[in-house]
Amino acid sequence: MNKLKAVKPKSQSSEEIDSVTIRFAGDSGDGIQLTGLQFSTATALAGNDLSTFPDYPADIRAPLGSLFGVSGYQIHFSSSRAFTPGDAPDVLVAMNPAALKVNTKELRKGGLVIANSDAFNTQNLGKAGYATNPLEDGSLSDFRVIPVELSRRTGEALQGLPLTKPQAERCKNFYALGMMYWLYDRPMEGTLKWIETKFKKNPVMAEANKKALLAGNAFAETTELFGQYYRIKKSPVEPGVYRNVTGNEAMALGLLTAAQLSGLQLWYGSYPITPASEILHELSKYKNLGVKTFQAEDEIAAVCSSIGAAFAGALGTTGTSGPGVSLKSEALGLAAIVELPLVIINIQRGGPSTGLPTKTEQSDLFQALYGRHGECPMPVLAAATPADCFQMAIEASRLAVKYMTPVLLLSDGFLGIGAEPWRVPDITKLVKFPPSKLPPPDKFKPYQRDPTTLARPWALPGMSGYEHRIGGLEKADITGTVNYEPENHERMCRLRQAKIDKIVSEIPPMDVLGPKKGKVLVLGWGSTYGAITAAVSRLQAKGESVASAHLRYLNPLPSDLGEVLARYERVIVPELNLGQLVHLVRDRYLVDAQGLNKVKGLSFKVAEIENAVMALLAGRRD
Amino acid sequence: MQENGFENLPGSGPLRDSKKFASDQMVRWCPGCGDFAVLAVIQKVLASLDIPREKYAFISGIGCSSRFPYYMNTYGFHSIHGRALPIATGVKCANPDLQVWVATGDGDALSIGGNHFIHALRRNVDLKVILFNNRIYGLTKGQLSPTSEFGKKTKSTPWGSIEYPLNPVTMALASEATFVARGLAADVAGLTEIVSRAAKHQGTAFVEVLQNCVVFNNGAWKEVEDKASREERVVRLQHGKPLIFGKDRNKGIRLKGFDPEVVEFLPDRPPKDLVVHDEKAESPHMAYLLSKMNETNHPVPVGVFRAVRQPTLHELMEEQIIKARQSAPTDLQAVLNNSEEAAA
Repeated sequence: MNKLKAVKPKSQSSEEIDSVTIRFAGDSGDGIQLTGLQFSTATALAGNDLSTFPDYPADIRAPLGSLFGVSGYQIHFSSSRAFTPGDAPDVLVAMNPAALKVNTKELRKGGLVIANSDAFNTQNLGKAGYATNPLEDGSLSDFRVIPVELSRRTGEALQGLPLTKPQAERCKNFYALGMMYWLYDRPMEGTLKWIETKFKKNPVMAEANKKALLAGNAFAETTELFGQYYRIKKSPVEPGVYRNVTGNEAMALGLLTAAQLSGLQLWYGSYPITPASEILHELSKYKNLGVKTFQAEDEIAAVCSSIGAAFAGALGTTGTSGPGVSLKSEALGLAAIVELPLVIINIQRGGPSTGLPTKTEQSDLFQALYGRHGECPMPVLAAATPADCFQMAIEASRLAVKYMTPVLLLSDGFLGIGAEPWRVPDITKLVKFPPSKLPPPDKFKPYQRDPTTLARPWALPGMSGYEHRIGGLEKADITGTVNYEPENHERMCRLRQAKIDKIVSEIPPMDVLGPKKGKVLVLGWGSTYGAITAAVSRLQAKGESVASAHLRYLNPLPSDLGEVLARYERVIVPELNLGQLVHLVRDRYLVDAQGLNKVKGLSFKVAEIENAVMALLAGRRD
Repeated sequence: MQENGFENLPGSGPLRDSKKFASDQMVRWCPGCGDFAVLAVIQKVLASLDIPREKYAFISGIGCSSRFPYYMNTYGFHSIHGRALPIATGVKCANPDLQVWVATGDGDALSIGGNHFIHALRRNVDLKVILFNNRIYGLTKGQLSPTSEFGKKTKSTPWGSIEYPLNPVTMALASEATFVARGLAADVAGLTEIVSRAAKHQGTAFVEVLQNCVVFNNGAWKEVEDKASREERVVRLQHGKPLIFGKDRNKGIRLKGFDPEVVEFLPDRPPKDLVVHDEKAESPHMAYLLSKMNETNHPVPVGVFRAVRQPTLHELMEEQIIKARQSAPTDLQAVLNNSEEAAA
């Protein structure tokens, strides 16, 4: 069974290139996400920096061949840094006419289209709105088009295996993947091994997929279809163990690590919601690390279970998306007044309401900062890249435990499902953060605060001599008993605010990329980091006086932010919303910052930011 | 077992004095409120158990009865409306060493918290759930509750309620609860027995307490509460015994098709076809039929409807962890290095 040979040395000529962006596209049932993921893993193994953008419809299986059912997976990889998944693909692999139609407008002029010509029949062309076959009518003259009879060729390659025609047809994504592996000189061993594991229980399908992969690879090698193949040098990286992670995976791993660093049991209460569910899936795998996951009956129960777990002494965490945060917000008020540690993760998506559940947006910043009843300040953090989710999950947990407060951590759909290589840390080098020691029972008062952090002591049910009651009614200062006195309420509101304000001392100074003062500062937060950094790097290479700074702490803001803002003539704030951070910055620092806003469910293209900054430099206000 | 960053402190022994379970807070229920009796019963029951005080956690939502934790000198958490059960679920599963009690009301558990009610019960979370049913919203000063009678006039239903009430015991049984009971606040001895059994049950122990609200719904359960009429209006469930009631023990319950009916007989000659109560029956069918008996046509059943042992949520959770640890690495660094291979 396992006699498939490794690939022979290549006979064709090659060219070295710096970076390339490839987009795989097809029906949501075509295995596009899987194909893209395999290509990413192979690319990580090949030692290139990479950034991915899976883009799929909200429907599980949209009608075949329809425009709205097109699923895409874009990957940008490079011999240097790949900050974003790439603005315009250089290569489009289109499994059907709809995939071609939806994606050609994005494709770089002169780019390569590899199309499954077998799918370009009258019916599919009609569904995609093509009157004539674009592979034949010359309408794609801006691109280099290579039609491949993917379905037929896959079928031929799998002859002799006991498969039905549809079963054989389903392997065509591996055939295409094999071709792409050849074209970009990627190793295939990882995927071959993955197929074996994945189809362990179905040896025929394992054999079929492996055969399809190798056949596609051999086809590209022998037919001189492409003329040459490409090599991309390894990216220079710090030595260490690397793996490819999505933001949601990194988030889960960050929480597991935070539990270990704090010495606490990890509790993750969650309710399924796109695009946050993968965190629950990931954590549920790791019962071996003692994590307790709980799929609650609703968003409210999810956060409440985590508050209960925190009361009992666990690291209580919960993850959701914007609509889920809305449902949890009453409980967040409770967590704030009872002053228990809690981490709430929001993987933002297009809103309001169900909105664009599978698309990305940054429109929940105001919700995170202000979206609660009462005076209810809460630290708000935001991850900048998929791998940064690991670090920020730890940081959110650390602040929660140290300051005895709920902490909101923002990510978004783009970070959650996008992937990049991550250097695995040596956990013995990470800083531990066990809970503070308790005073002896006779000195214990539930709301007697630590003078430095203003955190209250965390005494747990089960500890003798510390029996006490907490609750949502206003607390008397120090004793924590129910208290309705006007002076006490104001004192407690101010104390809770002061405690959060103290967190400013934890925030490192702003890390400015570029000149320390100059014409334009591009200020960002969250997932726009990659696009901003790439755009600003390009502008700097052109000699422009442009710098960028990125916020990972949104509340409190870094203490030197005002000073940094003042050093530039103009400030521009790109955000995937209609202007939220820009509002905050104008409000807080009286700076005439300008927004660059986009709410299309898509992240920024590098060029969009670059052009906006150029316009600003030229004195235009768009 | 418990991995945490907290110091291990010496524990105390069990307390035998029920007064020591009272906190220093003044009890602020209205004079004559049924809640006082329940508080006393629970304090008495705790003093009879071999559990040290620090191992108790009382969790509540919002409502008059939800003030309960403030009056207990144990750990307590007065939370938000309807959410006591998910909070208690987190408490119990995070530290299975605790005995976790939930004090809730008809509005808190069945209206705003209705969803949590059915799910906590179906999961068999090891909680003692005491539902104070006075058929009214008291803390908000007298609106309709999900257990208020059809036609009832309240502040929010001045023309009479046009909603059909639900039955907490029926709902608990339908939610697969493993321990379901009903008691009367006015019958301290009977309630003590029921609550003691609930305290010893492993799994969700649900107890509905019928109690009066002197201010907003006086006479909520008049006939069953009044000592004079009680024995005629109540049938006490006893495992393995036929359902017989009445001051003269001359009435019983038998089935007519699927409907319980009252049959009268000479006290020393009960008919053979009376329903014999079986709280341990695997299927809760008979318990369900009995739960549908209400004060309009039947005596109200009190006592334990169902008591079966099934693995609890925290037991199953711990079991999975132990199993996973046998088959997959318990070293975080290995997991971080490669998730695919390290995952179970």
